This record gives sequence, structure tokens and C-alpha cells, in this order.
Amino acid sequence: MTTAQAATTVPLTARKESIADKVFGAFSAGAAIIILVTLAAVASFLLTEAWPALMSTSADLASKVAWLGTGSGETLISVIGYLVFGTILVSAMALAIATPVSIGIALFISHFAPRKLAAGLGYLIDLLAAIPSVVYGLWGSIVLLPALKPFYRWLGHYFGWFPLFAPDPATGEVSPTGRVALSASIVLAIMIIPIITAISREVFLQTPKLHEEAALAMGATRWEMIRMAVLPFGRPGVIGATMLGLGRALGETMAVYMIISGGLTFSFGVLQSGKHNTIAAYIASQFPEANGSGVSALIAMGLALFIITLLVNMLARWVVSRRSEFSGAN
Amino acid sequence: MAKRIDVNNLNVFYGNFMAVEDVSLAIEPNSVTAFIGPSGCGKSTFLRTINRMHEVIPGARVEGEVLMDGTNLYDSNIDPVAVRRHIGMVFQRPNPFPTMSIAENVVAGVKLNSKRMSKSDAEDMVESSLKGANLWDEVKDRLDKPGSSLSGGQQQRLCIARAIAIKPDVLLMDEPCSALDPISTLAIEDLIQELKVNYTIVIVTHNMQQAARVSEKTAFFNIAGTGKPGKLIEMNDTTTIFSVPSEKATEDYISGRFG
Amino acid sequence: MATSTVSSPLGNLSTRRRAINGLMTTLVYGAFVVALVPLVWLSITVVRKGTDRFMLDSNGEHHFNVDFLNQSMKGVFGGMPEGGIMHAIVGTLLITLTATVISVPIGLLTAIYIVEYGRGKLRYAVRFFVDVMTGIPSIVAGLFAYALFAILVGPGTKTGLVGAVALSVLMIPVVVRSSEEMLRLVPNELREAAYALGVPKWLTVLKVVVPTAFAGISTGVTLAIARVIGETAPLLIAVGVIDSYNTNVFSGRMMTLPVYIVSEWRKGSAVCNDPAKICVPEITEYRAWAAALVLILIVMALNLIARLISKYFSPKTGR
Repeated sequence: MTTAQAATTVPLTARKESIADKVFGAFSAGAAIIILVTLAAVASFLLTEAWPALMSTSADLASKVAWLGTGSGETLISVIGYLVFGTILVSAMALAIATPVSIGIALFISHFAPRKLAAGLGYLIDLLAAIPSVVYGLWGSIVLLPALKPFYRWLGHYFGWFPLFAPDPATGEVSPTGRVALSASIVLAIMIIPIITAISREVFLQTPKLHEEAALAMGATRWEMIRMAVLPFGRPGVIGATMLGLGRALGETMAVYMIISGGLTFSFGVLQSGKHNTIAAYIASQFPEANGSGVSALIAMGLALFIITLLVNMLARWVVSRRSEFSGAN
Repeated sequence: MAKRIDVNNLNVFYGNFMAVEDVSLAIEPNSVTAFIGPSGCGKSTFLRTINRMHEVIPGARVEGEVLMDGTNLYDSNIDPVAVRRHIGMVFQRPNPFPTMSIAENVVAGVKLNSKRMSKSDAEDMVESSLKGANLWDEVKDRLDKPGSSLSGGQQQRLCIARAIAIKPDVLLMDEPCSALDPISTLAIEDLIQELKVNYTIVIVTHNMQQAARVSEKTAFFNIAGTGKPGKLIEMNDTTTIFSVPSEKATEDYISGRFG
Repeated sequence: MATSTVSSPLGNLSTRRRAINGLMTTLVYGAFVVALVPLVWLSITVVRKGTDRFMLDSNGEHHFNVDFLNQSMKGVFGGMPEGGIMHAIVGTLLITLTATVISVPIGLLTAIYIVEYGRGKLRYAVRFFVDVMTGIPSIVAGLFAYALFAILVGPGTKTGLVGAVALSVLMIPVVVRSSEEMLRLVPNELREAAYALGVPKWLTVLKVVVPTAFAGISTGVTLAIARVIGETAPLLIAVGVIDSYNTNVFSGRMMTLPVYIVSEWRKGSAVCNDPAKICVPEITEYRAWAAALVLILIVMALNLIARLISKYFSPKTGR
């Protein structure tokens, strides 16, 4: 004999359940709104703190902030200008190095390696993403740089005519320390390879078998099949992946901070030290000692970086979303 | 306690699209009624309006009445969630809750609603419901194993046990055997004959022989063309529908000329 | 130099085409090797150099010890072969824990909203901006946390809580996206089964959907923790540097493991002038590497835990 609830004891007009439902629904919507509020807050708090610096005249600001008003750092705008240049230079080189390598790795995993190993190989590359950036900075500055120095000397010697690899006009040599933009770019490239590879890998795996088989049936070699079927299909996805990698590179701080010997110029000599810096690394280096006005100026810089990365990421997401079969590739 | 269902002029809409048009029929208590018809004719859609399950899809609504023992289930002061406690449903693919054991699945209707139940009451409910679903003997030694560790036919009987555990008045079955092998199908058909003693049963099936085997009354639904609403063509005693149907469409469907 | 006798629209399989195919194959294999080189090199370096500090005891002698793990940097200066990361480990654990406590409820509820309740413009906006949030540079998150507390509490506030807020800005989007995916993976028929039993939506979400997705959600959270535990820039800004213990996230600075690495690296070699004192010039570098080793081990352990959760706690669906 059971005393369990019989359905007949539950009246049809019970209403209180739907109130709980509405409350819970509102609760979860509230959490979602917190996200939107947070983003708006990030923008507005940064703006608030940056306002004093943005509003004061250059002379006024220069008198308060230690690193303004002398040499190449006359005004906040000029400093930001040099830093934007440096950021783009370092990131662009990192992309130039990382993209072909990432495409190669993605092709390797999707079309060259044995099927059974594909997951394991992918995991191996993803390990690169698990290493904290500060460890990359440590390794880069202590271990990688000494190994790169002979390479830089060779580059400067044989390719010094090319503006990028030109030696320092003052000394006639490339940097003896190796603390140059190219080193930062190389380490950054290693850091963004897993990002670009993961997405490209997914895209290449989704190439319709039909197209691949059609190419092979024509007598194409494996590379020709890839060139005809896989790469054209994957192009939007790879572009999106590259842009996401760019977004990551633009915002990277520690690796650059620990490797580069900073400077503020518009020079293209990436083998010369004391010529370049990125926004993020600059903020990291000046923030600990900054006074009130200095903090304000640095936050203004951070705002500039936020807007740049926001735009790049939004563009990247839009490009990636046009191939809508993506899910959790990163 | 089994109840009767009366449907008056029911139209089913998804947004502005009319999926089922102007259905009126009566379902006797303690009987088995079968809904048959070709794919896409709206029989499952209509079935779901009986326990207001179609409302789970945003934009779905009805015009008309569904009466259970005289009470209009679509009255404005009726809670759809409460309706479903009176009218249970078994689905095409068995769907026991994977995080729960067999016993927990059976009493899920009570436990998920945060109602308290003493241990002995729960055990009684598990035993009587599993017996009612002809599953007790097979699983009584492994009640704490996961619900998904059973075979397909057993899982479906577990879902039936789960549905009848809360003692509904009506049991709706949406193609309950289409994912099962013939042996399990027969087991469930036998079970339906036993269940009708205590419940009113409505079964949607695309298998005409099954409808002929298990039901007392059969309703034939059809659809004029894609994009058009489904309609109830004919409803009568099962033996009549399958021997001397009144409508030509019914006869065509029964004899396999379409569908 | 054989040419194929089968004709194809591409012409005969010439040596040139074969050579290009071979070249590209080599390049593709090469790309993979190129990526592995830094991975292997860095791993070996961290392991080799990381053990230096563990092999140096306080007398300057070569002797395995775990001083590094149970000392802080209080009172340690110059080339003293002492000093450890105890305060940094405590700081990292507390700040990361606080960040998790902030991020997981917000992130999970947002994912629930997106999958179960969301509709129309708000849902689209939330998904879009969560995507955008994944791209916030970590230093900007640090600046935001600093700005938030500068306005709410006072300029120059550096506490563990500020760091936790900065890390939350980085964690929340990761938790939302992975939880969203896990919730989506729960088959709709389970929700229908619950509705058909007369279970209201909110109880269905709490008692059926979330428990079914729980293993996947836990994996996602663990991976999010693994990601933020190595963040340096935001903590450098928000929490600063300190040599001693602090177990109070609400007041006072805290040292964290990644910031410790940078701060030791910044010190450069120690100057050893006094022959009477035990002095190891490279001690700062040893400490930095040892801390890097510990940090990487923690990250790897978290990744391993995430995989184990995923493997052993997923509900058994199907036979």
C-alpha cells in the first residue's frame, strides 16, 4: 500500500510554480546582464581614470609625469603613437612567422599524419598554449636570446641592406644583447601558433570529402589536392584564425616586457635594441613606479589598447562566424 | 483513476502557421485509442496538445478546447505544468535520466518536484511502478544501477514505469515502439493491454498492424500537402476503420496506396 | 623520371609536379617539427634549471631540500641562498580561489540563460559580447580592476581582491563558453522527459540539465583556472609585490607565483662583495626557474585533472 502522491491530489490550478520559474529565469538573465554591464564598466572606468591625462595640456602633463616631456616622449599622443607603431610592428612580424607554420601544422595533422595520431598531435601543439607567458618570457630572455645572437649577426651581415635587418647606424652592428623587436616577435609567434593551428585544423578537417576526392580522381598529387580543395575552402576560417592570433599578440605583455629593451622610435630596424616597445609592455614597466598622473596617462594608453584589440577581435569573430559550423575551436 | 478526454474544434499553431486544423474527438476512459496517419500529418503535434507539451516550443499555441472529465485544460487559470502531472507521456526514444539509477528514475516525477517521500514510500512506489510496467522481475536485483545500463526495450518500460509512478489519469504514447526490436515491441503491446485497466491510453503509431492489435478506437489523420494543416479524417472503432472505412483517403492509407 | 601513361586534366605526372609535392610534404612535416622544437627545448630547460634551487641548501652546498617550498622572501636579500615561494603559492591559491568563486556562478548562470531562457536581442548581445570579452588583453583587465577599486575605495588600492576581480574578467567568458557548450550537449529529450512528468522548467534545469552537464562544466572550469593561474600582467598591476605572507584577500598586497618569477628575474644577479657571507650570485635566476617549474607543474596538474574529470565522471549515456 503506497501513500505516494497521486496525481489527483495536485490541483490543476497550482500557480506558484510559474512564479519560481520566472524568478529563476530573471536570475539567469541578470547574470547575463552582469556581463554586458562589466564590459561597459571596463570601458567607462578606464575612461574615467584616463580622463585627467586626456584632458590636460601636454605641458601640464609633462610636468607631472616622469617619462613625458623629454626626448621622444613630449606628449602623451606622441608616446602612444610610437607604442602603437611598435605594437603593430612586433605583432605583424609574429603573425608573418606564425601563420605559415600554423597552416603547415594544421595541414600536417589533418591531411598528412596517420588518422589515429591526429588527436594526440593536436594535444601536443595545444600544450604550447598551456605554458604561461611569464615562463616564455623567462626562457626567451635567458635561453633563446643567446642562441639567436649569432643568427642576428649573420642576418645583419648578409642582409643588412634590407631596412628591417639594418644594423644600428651608431655602432654599425646589430644589437649585441639581442633584446630586439625580432626576438619578441619570435617568442610571440610561438605563443600564437597553437591558437591559429587549432582553428585551422578544424577548418581543414571540414573540407567536403567530395571536393578532395574529385581532385584526387583527376590525378592530382596530395599537395595539388590540398591547393585545389582544402585551402580555398579553409581560407575564411584561416583568416579568422590569424586575426584571433593577432588579437592575442597585440595584448601580450610579459613575454615582450622580459625580452625587449624598450625605446620610442618609428624605426624599422628590428635588429636594433632600444628602438621599440609595445603598449602592454610599456604599461607594465611604468605602472609600479607611477604617480597619480602617470597612472592616469598609462590607463589612457590601456584604453587605446583595449579599443584596438576590441576592433580586431570583433572583426575576427565576424570572419570566423561566416563559416558557421565552428564550435569551441578555441 | 482514468478519465475521458474531449477535444472540441482544436486548431494548433506554430506562430502563424496552422499545423493542425479543427479536430474534434472523444477518448473514452480505460480504453486504448490509436492515432494513425502518414508522416508529417500532425498526429504527434496533436497528441502533444493534450498534455500541453507543445507549448515547450516557443510560439506554439492552440485555439479550441481540450476537456478532461469536463475541465478545459486550456482555461486561463490552469497551470500547464500541473496538467502534465495528470497526463503522462512516453516518447519515441527511451530517455531515462543518465545521472540517476533505475530506482531514482522511477521516482523522478516526485523527487524532481522537491516533494518529500519517506524511504519506504519510495521503495513501494518503485516496486509497484516497475511491476506495473512488467519490469520488476528483470531489474529487482540492480535497482541502483544507472538507468542507461538497460536494453532499449527495458529502458522504454522504465520510462513507462516512471510515467505511471505519479499515477496520471491519462497516458500518452508517442510512437513508443518505433526505436525497439520486435520482441520488445510485443512486450510493450502486451503491457498496454494491462495498463488500460487503470489508465486511459492514447498511442500514436505509424505501424497500422500495431494499431489494429492494441486499440479499441482508431483516429486517422491526413495532410493535404506540404505547408497545409493536418486534419482528422475519420475516427471509429478499430475493427471498422480497418475493414470498412467511410472515407476514401482512409481506405487508401490502410491499403498502402500512400504513406 | 617516369611519366604516367594515364592522361588526366592536369597533364602527365611530371617530375616537376612530383618534386613540388615532395617539397611541400617536407615543409609541412617540417612545420610540425618547428613547433615541437620550442616545446621540447623549453620543457627541458625549465626542468633542468628549475631543479638548481632545490639542490642548493642554506649553507650554499649541493644538497636536495625543499626550503624553496616552505620559505617566503621575508628577510632574504642579496645573494643569500635562501628564500622561497610559500607566500607566493598561498597568494596564488587564495586569489585564484576567490576569482573562481566570483566567476563560476556568474558564468554558469549566464550560460544557463543563453541556452535555456534566452531569446532575441538580449541573447544575441550577450553571446556576442562574451565572445568579445575573450579577447580583452590581460593587462587591460588588470587596469580595469585597479580603476574599479580606485573609484570605489581609493587610488592605489592593491589587495588580493583586486587581483581576483581582474582574473574574473578573464575567467568569466571562458566559463560561459564552455558551460554553454556542455549545456547544449544535453539531449533535448531529457528535458522533455522531465516536462512530461510535470516538472517546471527551473527545476528541470537545476536537477536534470545541469547535473547531466556537470562533468563537462567542471572540466571547463578547471581549464579556465589553469589559464588564469599563470597570468602575470594583471596581478602585477592590481596586487603588486610583497615579500611576506598575507592570507587576507581583502587587505594588503599578496605575492603570486607568476609575479614572483618576474620580480626575481628583475633583480638580476646578486652582487657578492663580502667573502665572509655565503653568497650565490645566480640565486635570483635559480629562484625564477624553480618558481617557473612549480607553476608549470601546477598548470599541467590542472589540465590532467580536467581530463580525468571528463573521462570518469561523464554520465554514461547509452550502453
